Amino acid sequence: MFAYIIRRLWQIVPTMLGVILLIFFLFNVVGGDPAYLLAGKISNPEQIANIRKQLGIDEPYYIQLWIFFKQVVTFNFGQSWSTNEYVSSIFATRLPASLMIGIPLLILETIIAIGIALSVAYVRGSLTDRSVMVGCTIAQSISILVYIIVFQYVLAYKFGWFPVQGWGNGFFENLFKYSALPVLIALVVSLAPNIRLYRTFLLDEMNQDYVRTARAKGLTERRVMLLHVLRNASIPIITNLMIQLPGLLVGLFLIERFFSIPGIGREVILSVERSDFPVIKAITVYVALATMLANLAADLLYKAVDPRVELK
Amino acid sequence: MNTAVMNPSIGIERSPGLWSLAWKRLIADKIAVISLAIVILFLSLALASFVGLIAKGWNNEVGVNYAPPTWFKGSAPTEDLSKKQAVNPTGPSLDTGLAKPEFVNDRDPLRETVNELKQQLGQSAGANSVDEIKIVDPLADVIAELKKKLGRVGDEGEKETESTRLQTLAFGADKWGRSVFDKVVKGSETSITVGFAAAIVATLIGTFLGALAGYYGGKVDDALNWFYSIFNSIPYILLVLAIAAVLNKKGILTVVLILGLTGWASIFRVVRAEYIKHKARDYVRAANAIGASHSRRMFVHIFPNISHVVLVQLSLYVVIFIKSEVILSYLGFGVGVDTVSWGSMLNEAQNELILGYWWQLGAATLFMAILVTAFSLFTDALRDALDPKLK
Repeated sequence: MFAYIIRRLWQIVPTMLGVILLIFFLFNVVGGDPAYLLAGKISNPEQIANIRKQLGIDEPYYIQLWIFFKQVVTFNFGQSWSTNEYVSSIFATRLPASLMIGIPLLILETIIAIGIALSVAYVRGSLTDRSVMVGCTIAQSISILVYIIVFQYVLAYKFGWFPVQGWGNGFFENLFKYSALPVLIALVVSLAPNIRLYRTFLLDEMNQDYVRTARAKGLTERRVMLLHVLRNASIPIITNLMIQLPGLLVGLFLIERFFSIPGIGREVILSVERSDFPVIKAITVYVALATMLANLAADLLYKAVDPRVELK
Repeated sequence: MNTAVMNPSIGIERSPGLWSLAWKRLIADKIAVISLAIVILFLSLALASFVGLIAKGWNNEVGVNYAPPTWFKGSAPTEDLSKKQAVNPTGPSLDTGLAKPEFVNDRDPLRETVNELKQQLGQSAGANSVDEIKIVDPLADVIAELKKKLGRVGDEGEKETESTRLQTLAFGADKWGRSVFDKVVKGSETSITVGFAAAIVATLIGTFLGALAGYYGGKVDDALNWFYSIFNSIPYILLVLAIAAVLNKKGILTVVLILGLTGWASIFRVVRAEYIKHKARDYVRAANAIGASHSRRMFVHIFPNISHVVLVQLSLYVVIFIKSEVILSYLGFGVGVDTVSWGSMLNEAQNELILGYWWQLGAATLFMAILVTAFSLFTDALRDALDPKLK
C-alpha cells in the first residue's frame, strides 16, 4: 500500500513537468513579452521593467524556464500584475469562498443524484423513468448561463428570497445566506448529467447475476438495492466524483462571477480579462496537481470500497 | 444471415454493410428521425444565413428599441413604447424597483468648450456642426453616429421618424431595435460553425495521435500518453481560459482553435484503444503480407473499421463545443463584437431582463436548447444504431 502510494506519487513527476512545459510554452513563448500586453494597462514603465526582469525576458528560454520551475516548486509566483497582491495570498484568500460553495454542493449533489438515480433505475422503462430521462436531456441542453440569469432574476431579484449577490465575513452568514442560491443553481445544473450517468452505472449492476441471487435468497428489495447494487455501482460513481473534485475549484467560475463571490474561479476570469499571467499560471499548475492527487485518492478509495481491487 | 444465403435464386447479392444496417436501425427510431430532422433544419438555417438568404440585415435597426414580439403586443411592459423611447432612449424605467434616475443630457461640456473657443475667436456661439466639435473631440463623428443609432439625429433632439421602424417584430427587438429573430438565426450560424469546425479540428488531431499511439505502441505510445496525461490533468475549461488569455484575440477562428486544440484528449483515448484492438487482427496482418505500408494499414485498412467510433465522438464534440462557445462568447473571450452569437445575446439579455425585456433571452435559450437537445438525442440514437450490443 505504502509502496503503491510512493510509486504513484513518483509517476506524477513527469506529468507535472509536462504541465510546467506546456504552461511555459503558452505564456512565455506564445504569449511573448508582457511589455506589449501591459502597455496601456500598467502606466508605470518601471513596473513593466521590473516584471520583465523577474521573468527574465531578455534571457534565453532555458533560463526563463528555470525561473518558472523555481516559482512552481517554491510556491512563489511573485505579485499579480494588476493588483500587486501576492499570488500566494490570492490563493489563500480565494480558496475558502470556493470551498464554501463547492463542498456543500458536492455533498448535496451526490446524495440527491444517487437517490433519484436509484429510484428511476429501480422502475426502469416506466413512464416515471422515461420522463425523468427526457427532463434530464432537456435540462442539460439549456446553457448554465440561462439558469444563472433566470434564477438570480426570479428568486433573488423578483421574490427577494436570497441576496442578489455578495459575500460576507462570517462563516454561517456565508454558508446559509450568500451561498444558498449559488449552491442551488449549481445543484440544478449538475444534477441532470449526474442522474443520467449514475442511472447507467446502477442499471449495469442490476442486470448482474448476483442481484438475482440476492432476490432468490429472499432479501428485501431495499437491501438488494442499497447494499448489493449500490455498493457495486459505487466504483464508477467515485471515479466520477473524483474527476469533478478539482473542477469544483474553477468550474464554478460563472456562478462566482455572477454572484460576486471572491473565489478561485472568479479570479481566473478576472486574470484572463486583465492578462494577469502570474495568477493564471499559478492556478493552472496547482489545479493540475490537485487533479492528479484526486485521481490517486480515487484509486485508494476503490480499495476501501471494493476489497477485490488490487492496487498495482 | 444475409438474404443471399437464404434465397439462392436471387443470386449473388451484396450483404448489407455496417453503414446501411446502422442507417436502417436509425430510421426505425422515431426520436432519431425527428431529432435528425431538427438538426438538418438548423444546418440549413445556418447555411441560408451564411449565403445571405436570411438574417442578412441582422445589424440593421428595423424596429423600435425593445419592440416586443408580435404575439405579445397586449402585455408589453409599456403601452406607449415609442413615445417613451423618444424621451429616454435607454429604455423606460419599469416597476421593477430599479428605477434609474432619468438622464437628460441638456448640458454638453464639449459644445460649451467649442462655444468658448469661438467666442474667443469672435465668432457667434450656437449650434455647431460635427466638424467643429471634432476640433476638440476627435471622436465626435463616432458619437454622432452612436446618437443616430439611439434614434436621434444630430444634437438637437430631432427624432428619426418612428414610422419607418416597426412597432413589433416576430421575436421582438433588442436595445438598438435590431430584430431578435435575425440575431438568433445569425447566432445559430456562428454557434453551429464554431461547434462543427472545432469538432473537426479536435477529431482530426485526436484521431491522428490516437492512431499513432495505438498502432505503433512502445515508445511512441509512451510519449503520446504522456502528452495526453498533461492535457487530461488540467481541467478543460481552465485550459480554454488560459489559452484565451494568451491569444488575447477574438474571432471565430480563435474560438475554433482554442476549443479544437484543447479538446482532442477524449477522442485520443478512444481511438487509441480501438487501434490496439485492431492492429493484431487477421485483416491487418493480411495487409502486411501483401506489402501495405504502415500509413496504408493505419488509415486505409484499420480506419474504416473504427470510423463509427470516430463519428459518435465527433457528434459528442459538437454539443460540447457549442456549449463552450456560448460561455466563451458570453464572457467576452469568444467571437468579436461584429459577430453575433448565442453567448453574446445572453450577455445583452442579462441586463435587458432586469428592465423586463425577456425576449432576447427567450429566443437565444429556445434556439440553443432545441438544437442541443436534438443533437444529443441524435448522438445517442447514432451510438445505439452503430453499436447495437450497447443497448
